[in-house]
Formats: sequence, C-alpha cells, structure tokens
Amino acid sequence: MRVHAAVYARGLRRHSTYRAALVAGALTNAVFGAINAMVLLAVFAARPEINGYDASDAVTQVFVGQALIAVTMIVNTAPSLDLAERVRGGEVATDLLRPVSLLGWWMAEDLGRATFTFLFRGVPTFCVGLLLFDVVLPGSPVQVVAVLLSAVLATVIGFALRYLCSLSGFWLLDSRGLWTASGLVAPVAAGMLLPLALFPPALADVLRYLPWASMVQIPAEILLGKDSLPGGGAFGGLALQAGWAVALLVFAAWLTGRATRRVVIQGG
Amino acid sequence: MVETPTRVRATGNPLVHAAGAVLRPVQDYHRLAWIWVRAFAQYPASLLLMSLAVTVSVLAQVGAVVIVFGHAGTLAGFTVYEGLMVFGLAASAFGVADMFMGAVERLGSHIRAGSFDAMLVRPVSPLVQLAADEFSPRRLGKVVPALVVLGIALANIDVEWTPGRVLLLPVMMLSGVLICGAIWVATACLQFFVANAREAANSLTYGGQALSEYPLAIYGREIVRSVTYVVPLAFISWQPALLVLDRPDPLGMPEALRHAGPVIAVLACTGAALLWRFGLRHYRSTGS
Repeated sequence: MRVHAAVYARGLRRHSTYRAALVAGALTNAVFGAINAMVLLAVFAARPEINGYDASDAVTQVFVGQALIAVTMIVNTAPSLDLAERVRGGEVATDLLRPVSLLGWWMAEDLGRATFTFLFRGVPTFCVGLLLFDVVLPGSPVQVVAVLLSAVLATVIGFALRYLCSLSGFWLLDSRGLWTASGLVAPVAAGMLLPLALFPPALADVLRYLPWASMVQIPAEILLGKDSLPGGGAFGGLALQAGWAVALLVFAAWLTGRATRRVVIQGG
Repeated sequence: MVETPTRVRATGNPLVHAAGAVLRPVQDYHRLAWIWVRAFAQYPASLLLMSLAVTVSVLAQVGAVVIVFGHAGTLAGFTVYEGLMVFGLAASAFGVADMFMGAVERLGSHIRAGSFDAMLVRPVSPLVQLAADEFSPRRLGKVVPALVVLGIALANIDVEWTPGRVLLLPVMMLSGVLICGAIWVATACLQFFVANAREAANSLTYGGQALSEYPLAIYGREIVRSVTYVVPLAFISWQPALLVLDRPDPLGMPEALRHAGPVIAVLACTGAALLWRFGLRHYRSTGS
C-alpha cells in the first residue's frame, strides 16, 4: 500500500510540471463547453423541456463533461496510458519485474494524474461554466459528497477501460486501432456529444447502463438530482458506477494474468 | 527535386520564371506529400480503418446536428437541411484545410525535437515541409462525408439555382478553405514564441470548426461580430449560407459581407504569411 501511495504521489507531481499545457487545456475545454452550451441553449429556447431536461440541466451536463474530459481521458483517439506504448515497445518487461501488481501500479499512477487534472483543469473549467452560464451546483453537503464520489468512480472506470485497451496490445501487438474505436464510441455513448436525454428514449435507456454513461451522464444526473437514474436517485447511480468499476477492475486483473502468461521478451 | 529550377533557368523567359516561383512551393508540396502517401499505403488495412474511423466521427457529428434540429425544429430560422448545409460547408472547408495545412500545428514538437532546424537547412520552404509532414490521405475520410452531406443538403433546400449561384458556391468554398488554412498557420506561429501553445491554438482551429457547424446567429450578436471582424470564421459557412439562401441577415449585419469571402480569404492568407515570416525571423533554435 505504501508503494502505491508513493506511485500516486509521483503521478501527481509528474503532471504538476506541465503548467502551461494545463492552462491551455482548461482554456480549450472552456471554449468547447461554451460552444456546446450555446447550441443547446438555442435548442431549449425552441423547446423548453426535452425528456425531463431543461436548459440549465443541459448546460450543466456540458460542463460536467468538459470538466471530466481530461480526467477520464476517454475521448482520446490516441493511446492515453503510457502502458500501451510500453506493451508495444517491450518495456512492460520492466514493469512486470516489480514486486507489485501491474494493475495496482498503473492505477496508482493514473489516479495521481487524474487528481491533479481534476483539481487544476476540471474545476477551473467548471467554474468558467458557472461564470458564463446558468450551471446548477449541488444543493446540500450530502450531494457534494455524492458528486465527488461519482467523479472518483468515473475516473476509476475511465482508467479501467484505458488499461484494458493497453492490455489488448499483448494480443493485437498494435492497440492503436482499438484506442481509436473506443475514442469514437465514448463521447457519443457517454453523453458528451449530446446529453443522452436528447437521444431517442429507447437508445438512451440502453446507453445509460453501459460503462461510458457512468463517466458523464450518470455523474451529471447525480449532480442534477434526476429521478431518471437507476433506482430513481443518486444512490442507484453510484451503485451502477461502483458495479462497473468493480466489474472492469476484476476483468482487468484476470486479463493481466492471462497477458503475463503470454508475454515473451526477446533479447537480453 | 533538382530538375524544376534547372528547367526554369534554361528558358530565361521572365514570365516562366515568375510562374516557376509561384509553382515551386506547390510542386515541392506535391512531391513531399506523395512520399507520405506512399509510406502510408504500405499499411493499406490500417489506412482504410483510420479513414473509416474519421468518417464515423463525422457521421456522429451529423447525427448530433440532425438530433438538435429534430428537437428544435428550426434554429435561427434554418431548417434541418439548411443547417446541414452550414455543417457541410464548415466541415468540408476545415477538412480540406486540415488535410493540406493541419500538420503545421506540430511546429512546437518539431522545434523541441530539433527537426525544425533540419527543415531550415533544406532547399525547400520550411512552411511547405512543415505542412506536408506526415501528409495522410486518411483525412479524406472527413472531407468526403462532409461533401456528401453538403450535396444532400443542397439538393433538399428550397433555392432557385441560377448560373450565378452555381458559380458562386465553389468560389465561396475555396475562400473558406483558404481562411481555415490561414487560421491554422497563424495559430501555429504562436508556437514560435510559446512552446506549449498547441492546445490553446486548438480552441481556435477545432473550436472554430465546432462554432461554424451551426448557424452563427444562435450564438448572439457579440460572438458573431467577433468572428466576423476579428477572426473571420463567419466567412467559412455562415455568410456563404446566407448568400446561397438569399436570406436577410438575422442580426442585421451588412449584406455586402456575404460577397466579401474572397477578399477576406486573400487578406487572411496575407496576414498569416506575414505572421509566419515574423515568427521565422524571431525563431531561436533550442540547440538540442
């Protein structure tokens, strides 16, 4: 556990060195958030309510998405976990020599990155939304805790999906195709492109239960206190996210075992 | 790459010489790009899948436009097909500009890696080398569906197609491409001075694309003014759309603006070229 804490702290520190990139990134997220928000405001000006969503719900979800975009990193079509390149290049052999599990090591590192990004890129992006638009804030301390917990679970799910993409390199040799495919599915299925409430209800109901929705749509609905969540409230939403986080991590641990039995390191 | 200047010199005709000076960068670009096309063609399956992936992402955006118009009915007085025309104009202009000039956004990483210094010592314009770097035909995966959407939209809008209008459309589209290319070069020049400016530049390039994919009037007067008079994004899809539809400007901006596209394109390219020269003159190698 102490090793993981140390790796977590190093991940956090490593990403704290790229400050200019952080400011540039937050600016880009805020600009895209503002553009998406204005388009949705125009839609809701024509129709004040769509499937239980009103204008401020939609704008809030846009900024939840933009605040989490760099934390979960699911919309990147290029490999966004260094592990992917290490599997391709063979350096993963060094990682496997370490007396800690591959999964635990990379999760600690990525959560360190995510923590820093959330605090210094996600929160400022959300604040820009708060300044410019009618964005909803959590109403009670309990809801604040629920939203933060939901963001943590979204981060874990985002990591697990990216870890699985990286591991696919053991079989596919070059995992970039899978990264591209996942980067295309994710923004649509997560409710990042448009809130799922705007999709045809039958499609939205299916997408809501897939892991991608747990990274934008479900956190946004928990913040908004929607009854469209599984079980009708924040608890059901968190349970769905926790279920996906556990399921994906268990699968990732199992797949790590399979992958390490396959690995052949040349040379030496 | 040696034969062209030799041939130009041999004729000695000043007109041919001038034409050579203009055509030279185009020929250089063509040669460099062709090298990359051949390189990417070594992995045909990968190239095809990447192109398909880009196509799918364009289709997802088209789906978003259709859903948005489906809920709203009309936006800024535009119907769904008129909205798709705006989308098609913006996506095709940005797609073509991205294909030919998009690589300039990697200027910062070339400076860091020292490969920009290598470009400076070669006898080809560094801008041409930078823009042609890793030229990939997969970007056609974006241009082709955008043009298809534009075609479908144009076939379904209620417009009387006079010969004048038919001729105006390609002129407007070419102006749009030039303006997009100018924005790409101008924002890349920032990286001469600020190393990590790439992502900030993206808020203008890709952000500009996202902005121009919808009828601009929905963003309100202030934003439309700034993307008309400061960053000329309005001349990529919005003003051409008003021209084709022959519709009064919902924000009451001057009607002359819709014919200004080509002039703005020339101005934007000149500005970008001057910025590039300015940046290049102030460039200091990282020395690594």
